[in-house]
Amino acid sequence: MAAVKFEQAMARLEAIVGELEKSDLPLDESLKIFEEGIRLSKNCLKILEEAEHKVEVLVQDKNGKKRIHAYSPDDAADEPSS
Amino acid sequence: MTGLLRTSIEERFSDVWLEGELSNLRAPGSGHVYCTLKDKTSQIRAVLFRSTAVRLRFALQEGLQVIVRGRLTVYEPRGEYQIVLDTVEPKGIGALQLAFEQLKERLATEGLFDQDRKKSIPAFPRTVGVVTSLTGAAIRDILAVLRRRWPTLHILIVPVQVQGESAGRQIAEALTALNHLGFVDVIIVGRGGGSLEDLWSFNEEIVVRAIAASHVPVVSAVGHEIDVTLADFVADLRAPTPSAAAEAVVPVLAETVERLRELKVRLGQVMLRHCAFERRRLDAGIRGVTDVRFRLQEAAQRTDDMVDRLREMVQQLLAAGRERVHGVQRDLSGLNPILAIKQGLATVPQLSKRLEGQMGMMLAQHRHRIHATLAQQYPESLGDSWTWLQYSSNGPGWSNSPSSERRGGWTGVGGSIGKRAIELHCHAGV
Repeated sequence: MAAVKFEQAMARLEAIVGELEKSDLPLDESLKIFEEGIRLSKNCLKILEEAEHKVEVLVQDKNGKKRIHAYSPDDAADEPSS
Repeated sequence: MTGLLRTSIEERFSDVWLEGELSNLRAPGSGHVYCTLKDKTSQIRAVLFRSTAVRLRFALQEGLQVIVRGRLTVYEPRGEYQIVLDTVEPKGIGALQLAFEQLKERLATEGLFDQDRKKSIPAFPRTVGVVTSLTGAAIRDILAVLRRRWPTLHILIVPVQVQGESAGRQIAEALTALNHLGFVDVIIVGRGGGSLEDLWSFNEEIVVRAIAASHVPVVSAVGHEIDVTLADFVADLRAPTPSAAAEAVVPVLAETVERLRELKVRLGQVMLRHCAFERRRLDAGIRGVTDVRFRLQEAAQRTDDMVDRLREMVQQLLAAGRERVHGVQRDLSGLNPILAIKQGLATVPQLSKRLEGQMGMMLAQHRHRIHATLAQQYPESLGDSWTWLQYSSNGPGWSNSPSSERRGGWTGVGGSIGKRAIELHCHAGV
């Protein structure tokens, strides 16, 4: 799931920055995780930019089939009756 | 008789209220419930027919203090009178409250509310499911907050009734449906405020179990802060209100982007610092190497100097030695016998000249004296005899041996010694 990927990427990025700021890593290792960090930050920004706002409604029609459609404030009629 | 009593009793006690403690509870398969109501002094048999029993929200328990309403009747086969109950209310608390407590206790015993069952709410959900009514204030609040915080969020609403008979089932089905979709990251389930009755659906077992069964983390948001439902107990996170639930499930996008940018900047800065640090270290290293090279050069130069000085000293020593040897040689050569001989020899010709001269003079003197003497004794003639003096040069030194060169003999001098010739041959040997 994208949410998990994003969260993990953010957590990893935080960890990388923290680790680099402790600055007890040898240079080549620093460079390695630095590159990983740059990659992660780019990916994260990409995920954020790609996301698209949508509000949808999941309804079940008479014969029990579920469908999803865009939400509009007039959708109150969609509420299932008892 | 029993029939007459029954008619009489049913007419007389058609609607009575009683208060007492439940005992001897029996619930056979028919669905009717039988029990005895008693107080300190008396007791009465009671029956709760199935149609009434299923409407009860709480469970009847032994020892429960209740207030009941019903009508008296006589069970003719046994000739016993009893009360047929229409309403049973727990004494002191409401029926709903009791039902709540009872279900809560039962589900708690099952472990449904245990903390270790709770799933963590994802920090950055992409899709948020919302189970609530489309008509209430709750959905407006939730949408407003979600949209404000994370404008690019995907929101999926499942419209349900949130009160009434079928509300519990609808809510449970909605939860199941969202779980089946597979792409929902977190679910908000709730409604706005209301009475305990209004919120009752969220205390229903079917709802509680559906929340417990959800693989997707569920945030409950039922009523106001003071309203607590069983859905709140079982949910992975309880939000006091629908707005609070929306705040709890999504961070602020702008802040997240800002944090991401900040992390990127820090990443660059820390790397730059690290590189600069390593650069300084490298420079220091190079300086060290240069220093060593410089010191090496210096040392080499010093070595050269010392070698030069050493060479000079050796040469001086050698020269001094040579000088001494020469001196000694000179001294020695002064004592050289050959030289002395050579020098001696060099004086020989001089000496021999002097000797000749000397001898010449001596000869002349002697001759003169001889002539004088002869002249005195033999004034006429000198005779045939004559003296031959010669000098041989065949070897060093003087020799009186006769010379090979001979001059014809003296012929008479004619009366004068001066006429006679004496020849002297002198050959220098050198």
